[in-house]
Amino acid sequence: MTEERLDVEMTVNGVPRGARVPARRLLSDFLRHDLGLTGTHVGCEHGVCGCCTVLLDGEPVRSCLMFAVGAAGHAVTTVEGLAAPGGSPSPVQRAFAECHALQCGFCTPGFLCTVTALLRDRPRPTDDEVMAGISGNLCRCTGYQNIVKAVHRASELMAEAE
Amino acid sequence: MTTKLFGEPIPRREDPRLVTGRGRFLDDLGGRALAAAFVRSPHAHARVVDIDVAGALDVEGLVAVYTWDDLGGRVGEPLPLLIPHPALTHGRTGYPLARDVVRHVGEPVAMVVATDRYLAEDAADRILVGYEPLPPVVGIEAAAAADHLVHEDVPGNAGARLVQEVPGPDGLSAPAAIERAPHRLEFRLAIERSASMPLEGRGVYARWDADDESLRVYSSTQTSTSVRMAIAAKLDLPPAKVEVIAPDVGGGFGVKIVHPWPEEILVPWAARLLGREVKWTEDRREHFTSSAHERGQVHFVRVGFDDEGRILGLDVRFLHDHGAYTPYGIIVPIITSTQLLGPYKVGAYRVEFTSLYTNTVQVTPYRGAGRPQGVFCMERTMDRVAVHLGRDRTLVRAANLIQPGDFPYDQGLTFQDGRPLIYDSGDYPELLRMVKELIGWDDFGKAQTEAAVRGRRLGLGLACYVEGTGVGPYEGGHVEVDSSGRVHVSTGLTSQGQGHQTVFAQIAAAELGVPIEDIRVTTGDTRRFRYAVGTFASRAAVLSGNAIALACRALRDKALRIAADALEADPRDLEIEDGIVRIRGNPAASIPLRTVAVLSNPLRYAFDEEAARATQFAVGGSTDQPPVAEGEQPGLEGTQYYSPVRSTFAAGAHAAIVETDPDTAEVRVLRYAVVHDCGRLINPRIVEGQIHGGVAQGIGGALYERLIYDEHGQLLNASFMDFLMPYATEIPAIETAHLETPSPLNPLGVKGAGEAGVIPVSAVIAAAIEDAEGIRIEEMPISPDDLFRLRERARRAAGESSGAEAGEARPV
Ligand code: FES
Ligand code: FES
Repeated sequence: MTEERLDVEMTVNGVPRGARVPARRLLSDFLRHDLGLTGTHVGCEHGVCGCCTVLLDGEPVRSCLMFAVGAAGHAVTTVEGLAAPGGSPSPVQRAFAECHALQCGFCTPGFLCTVTALLRDRPRPTDDEVMAGISGNLCRCTGYQNIVKAVHRASELMAEAE
Repeated sequence: MTTKLFGEPIPRREDPRLVTGRGRFLDDLGGRALAAAFVRSPHAHARVVDIDVAGALDVEGLVAVYTWDDLGGRVGEPLPLLIPHPALTHGRTGYPLARDVVRHVGEPVAMVVATDRYLAEDAADRILVGYEPLPPVVGIEAAAAADHLVHEDVPGNAGARLVQEVPGPDGLSAPAAIERAPHRLEFRLAIERSASMPLEGRGVYARWDADDESLRVYSSTQTSTSVRMAIAAKLDLPPAKVEVIAPDVGGGFGVKIVHPWPEEILVPWAARLLGREVKWTEDRREHFTSSAHERGQVHFVRVGFDDEGRILGLDVRFLHDHGAYTPYGIIVPIITSTQLLGPYKVGAYRVEFTSLYTNTVQVTPYRGAGRPQGVFCMERTMDRVAVHLGRDRTLVRAANLIQPGDFPYDQGLTFQDGRPLIYDSGDYPELLRMVKELIGWDDFGKAQTEAAVRGRRLGLGLACYVEGTGVGPYEGGHVEVDSSGRVHVSTGLTSQGQGHQTVFAQIAAAELGVPIEDIRVTTGDTRRFRYAVGTFASRAAVLSGNAIALACRALRDKALRIAADALEADPRDLEIEDGIVRIRGNPAASIPLRTVAVLSNPLRYAFDEEAARATQFAVGGSTDQPPVAEGEQPGLEGTQYYSPVRSTFAAGAHAAIVETDPDTAEVRVLRYAVVHDCGRLINPRIVEGQIHGGVAQGIGGALYERLIYDEHGQLLNASFMDFLMPYATEIPAIETAHLETPSPLNPLGVKGAGEAGVIPVSAVIAAAIEDAEGIRIEEMPISPDDLFRLRERARRAAGESSGAEAGEARPV
């Protein structure tokens, strides 16, 4: 039994990347194991925890629910691509560290991608909008208190930067 | 000033890596390793009749298939029983791969190794295992009935039975004291199964170095040192040839303290056999069915008390469901039975538990480890007593509290570490006062009545707890200053998000007088530190924190001796600040710690300019003394251990206001208040984070999370879709306040904080729902369905009694 392999190419964090993979290769595995971008985490592989969230053409998606071939030709942003080109952390990354919004850090990349998209669409979110925005990501460590704080703090940092 | 660092809420030093995707979790390592996958039992109880691997053999990329027959040697023996106890008369553990009988769904039967995980799973799917089903035992009560047995040679399914008794001050036993008490109550309380459920599952990655005949293993574990010893023993390797590293670990909460897991033996074993790197990463379904659960217990409480609500006698019998095996002994029920008493003096106490086998996943500690059940018993008892007497619930509690002048307070029991249960310090009346104030206890009645007028049901609940933290036997700390002035701190226990790199650096910076930026902390790496126990029981800050402090103090003394020589001063006149040793009051006379480090190691060979200062023709000093003084060692480094005589006891009180929906029976937590005392705080922000996370897990356990087995022993909700962990939307804002009563038992005065948040939550929420509904809550967790049914039952009961009074026919 030899599995057919396909050339899959996409832009990841602004850089054209590709690998030859079977059709069933999940996007999460493609990013982690074929491209070595292990910042994207896998907590459930069935679309519930949100650890694997990446941005596909700017929109948050669960990379464990997508085949790599499905993302071919698109632009993907992972946690490794959130920092500014010079490497300085984004306001969302800074706010998470500042507010102690992570403990083990396993859920964090998914939250960072989710919140980055949230704040792009809603730069000054209300409490309810923050709740709605992060309500699809699980964290087993923090009890979410400081994650909520970090979203507001990131919004402040973004406003200050303008 | 650097010494201020102790107690400061400084940002975490681990975060810059973790927020940029540079964490190194288990599955981030070993990109070229072979992948392992497991064939696991689909039956809860069955005999393995045959295993046919033929279908797997033509899967591309297959490297090996192993069953129990292939194991041999010590690898084929049952897994170790980690914590033997005389009362555990029938301890049983599984084999790494099932030998002839499987005893729970998910038990490993065969291991497949292939070039990648997809292919390994393809091959695993094609292995046909023949089973002859045996009758499964599911549920505590079925286990106790013992119509069927989980282990043929364990009569009554009872692994252990343990009684502890403390007579009252008048010498009466608990049953006698209850008999004589003015008031008596008797009831049943139950808690269902839940699980630690870290977002990163378990995982093992092993590399065999054939030239060196040594093994390096990475494991997502809470105890790398003990995994190392277990692997060395099982694989018959000298311990010096095995190193185990816990990389970044994506949460543990107890489940990862268990070891060695089958995979922790099999993956290194296969790596050696194959001469290739092998990795296994647990998937979520495997985590549900093949790791460990906790919490399932049924309790029968009898209590006798006086008119004030003072408890004169308490008799608790409970059944503990320990699943199919007992690798971790009976630690959980021992903790329930001892920590149940909480901050109270109860007169006479008797507790008896029976630990029962069922055909379900094994039970081992999950954050809180038996305390949530114990606190549920005690606090529900307090509420029952208060209702019975028509007294305020806090007054009944206050009447029973241990007073600040009572410490050290001996509960007369033997704790989980085999040591007497003696509370070291605390101020429980103050905790109660603070939590009442924080939640607004005295004004709540008014708010409740007003809400009721508008058709809303509000309820208020409260619970107190005491938590034995920082259990022994010991931890160690190693500190070394290198010739660039960097300070390397290491300790053997592991980290799963507790911020050890930050708090241990804070301790070292404060003790040594060096900038925190110069400090690097390593945990859970046996290459750096070999003697350790592990991270559990809220013990890291207490055990390793104090060991590191002691190591720093010893190192500081040595640095001052060497610096005193160099500065021709008295060591007692020296101080260290910002990494510089100087004579107090004479800042000009100083020497950097890095130079002291150079001088501490007399050299023959210079490899740079700094080192040249320590070579034999450069150093002055006496020529009739040895270059390394007697009793000294070269290098500015040292190791110290901290081994406490017994645990230190943290405590707290939680209160919550809930609202229940009159129609849908949904429960919303409107406010949640925590008052917490873990002694001196090293980093208040990190402690607060631990509490938040604990409370969230507690709310999950109170309202959402339960593991549901059907009568066949199938776990019905083995996914995040069906096992409902709280999202942000389910967790209210958590209000906190701290009290600090330092522990007199350790140099830093600290107590553990890791588990506190979770312990009383089920008791608090049950009390609040009961207050809102006027219906007794005796089982947790409680879903809207459960509450709806309780309402129906209460309605029927009310109908029956009013109907009976009116002399009407009873409703069918
Ligand atoms: S791993 Fe994709 S949602 Fe959990
Ligand atoms: S920080 Fe550990 S799961 Fe969120």
